[in-house]
Amino acid sequence: MDIWFSEKHTPDVKLSLRIDRQLFSKESDYQRIDIFESCEFGRVLSLDGNIMLTERDAFIYNEMIVHVPMAVHKGIRKVLVIGAGDGGVVKELTRYSRIKKIDLVEMDSMVVEACRQYLPGNACQLDDERVFIHYENALKFIRYKENEYDLIIVDSSDPYGPSEGLFTKEFYGICYKALRDDGIMVNQQGSPFYKQDADAMQRSHKRIANTFPISRVYQAHIPTYAAGYWLFGFASKKYHPIDDLDTESWNELHLRTKYYTTRLHKGAFYLPAFLEEMLEEVEG
Amino acid sequence: MSVILDQNRAPIHEALEKFRQMRVVPFDVPGHKRGRGNPELTEFLGQRCVSIDVNSMKPLDNLCHPVSVIREAEQLAAQAFGAAEAFLMVGGTTSSVQSMVLTACKRGDKIILPRNVHRSVINALILCGAVPVYVNPEVDRRLGISLGMKREQVEKAINEHPDAVAILVNNPTYYGVCSDLREIVRLAHSHGMLCLADEAHGTHFYFGKNFPVSAMEAGADMAAVSMHKSGGSLTQSSFLLAGPNVNAGYVRQIINLTQTTSGSYLLMSSLDISRRNLALRGEEIFSQVSRIAEYARDEINSIGGYYAFGREMINGDSVFDFDPVKLSVHTLDIGLAGIEVYDLLRDDYDIQIEFGDIGNILAYLSIGDRMSEVERLVSALAEIRRLHQRDKTGMLSQEYIPPQVIASPQESFYADKTSLPIMETEGMVCSEFVMCYPPGIPILAPGEKITKDILNYISYAKEKGCSMTGPEDPEIEYLNVLK
Repeated sequence: MDIWFSEKHTPDVKLSLRIDRQLFSKESDYQRIDIFESCEFGRVLSLDGNIMLTERDAFIYNEMIVHVPMAVHKGIRKVLVIGAGDGGVVKELTRYSRIKKIDLVEMDSMVVEACRQYLPGNACQLDDERVFIHYENALKFIRYKENEYDLIIVDSSDPYGPSEGLFTKEFYGICYKALRDDGIMVNQQGSPFYKQDADAMQRSHKRIANTFPISRVYQAHIPTYAAGYWLFGFASKKYHPIDDLDTESWNELHLRTKYYTTRLHKGAFYLPAFLEEMLEEVEG
Repeated sequence: MSVILDQNRAPIHEALEKFRQMRVVPFDVPGHKRGRGNPELTEFLGQRCVSIDVNSMKPLDNLCHPVSVIREAEQLAAQAFGAAEAFLMVGGTTSSVQSMVLTACKRGDKIILPRNVHRSVINALILCGAVPVYVNPEVDRRLGISLGMKREQVEKAINEHPDAVAILVNNPTYYGVCSDLREIVRLAHSHGMLCLADEAHGTHFYFGKNFPVSAMEAGADMAAVSMHKSGGSLTQSSFLLAGPNVNAGYVRQIINLTQTTSGSYLLMSSLDISRRNLALRGEEIFSQVSRIAEYARDEINSIGGYYAFGREMINGDSVFDFDPVKLSVHTLDIGLAGIEVYDLLRDDYDIQIEFGDIGNILAYLSIGDRMSEVERLVSALAEIRRLHQRDKTGMLSQEYIPPQVIASPQESFYADKTSLPIMETEGMVCSEFVMCYPPGIPILAPGEKITKDILNYISYAKEKGCSMTGPEDPEIEYLNVLK
């Protein structure tokens, strides 16, 4: 058997994984959901043909989107997670005992059901008693919140498609309103490498930078994402991602990680020249 | 019509598909020859699109004198809309409105109409020389919008002008307000007048449940229906409908006075396919649109400060009924003019709505809307309130200024005129239009007296950023007035 799954990163570039078998395939109200067993990357979750995660490299994404803000802001108790129906981000968050409540807003319940069944390694903490799952449109859920969260994690899919609303000025504005005075918003910011991705990244960075007093971008290497090169946005009302990093207290937690370290934390904010230029262009 | 036609059919669409397969060699117009002569255009619009941009020919019928597939499409449309006749129009609903007025009126005839008509109605009066008799619509003071015509006002106008030949009704207005159409039809007919309906914003009345009555159902004689607005066809395509008391052959002659002889098959097929869609699925589609509109109204009203108005406006007369799919929002209570919210939505949030005027915005909901975009609109409105709300003192509400008609639109438009700085024109008679576009309802029409109130209103609307059109001078600093 020689089955290959390909995702086009641009009309002229694709990433292909050899597939052992397909485990799940269904069309929800919002998107097509597929789960494959791949030969190199373990199980793979794809939404509308785009790889969301693989068992092999998901740890990089989950650790970088969670530990960066957690190592900066010691007072995080209440967290809102948008998207992330696969449960990977929640799993990482539940490792912190100081977190008392996690609201997870996912519009597509079928993603959660599929991941519970076929990606239990990711979804295993969704039943933690601190986790509350809301199947709702995120814009609607957050619109009603004010001064409530210490951390918002935006774990969306790509800016073209059902997650489009999560890259808009109105979305960042209502997130700002929903955060406490020292709150932080971290979002997946796409890839800066290919033109279309880079344009979307610039647009959303501009909107975030106009909404939050502190807005920085950090990077990670994620093999199955476009160009293997991924960005995160760190937007904050008070804390600076490097100046306020509390290395000692985080290391005292003795959380075992595979990618994140407090040394890497600082390094992740040092960006290549072309990217610095792209960000400055829209920061005004 | 005695024979029930099959609404699954789309004769123009079918004929074009067949034509495409025949691979006919073109030695006729258009000169791009299926796009080959204009590769950049073909690249931009797509091969499928340009390959059916063809001229009238025997298998595809002729819009000026339809006898085969276009005629069948018209008959299907007539049946779907409950009309005796339907005409495919390719010059926008403006052309439908004009054909309707030109059919009903000739030079010197009087026509009774509300002043908040679209410019196309008064343009038709310039063309044919008919004289308007305006019924002043009631105004909602809080919202600053013109409502419908009251029955008693229509009756008064009829009694004062028993020689009028027709009554024209907006069904509904841009904001969704309907007059008592059945009663106005009855009044018109009992005085030997025709009743015409501008249904530019009422296509869906023919297909949904719990909507205000449609013109054909109410017994009106003609209706101009903007299929391209809520019905989903391509921009510029429209239907003109006629009841049994109108001579269809004469209407066709009137249409042919101004309509192109090269009717676009892109537009005609879009009317055909959209009619089929609405006839088969319209009820389901528009009940979904209504649900979205109700949801949006509730959510916007829960933000605070905004007022998204709806069926609670109904008062049995000047708001006899209200179109539930119109999403109009009053914005003055957050200290922002509608036009300011309109500009913020576009500039800051990449959301384009239909229009903003002095006190309100209108978001157009239709066949293509989804919940996810409505959530964006509602959230953006919440954000605009959070970031831009200010004290509302000094905000002007929209006033209805009763027009003083001094001369007929045609006479004034063609009269000897002179151009003066706008602020020096008080007391003179205007020979051109001034309006905000959209909505395209004239503040001044040819033949009307220019008053201080009107000049103040124009300068306030300009200051707030309304896009003004009409006069020869694009900057609207000069106005043409009668000598």
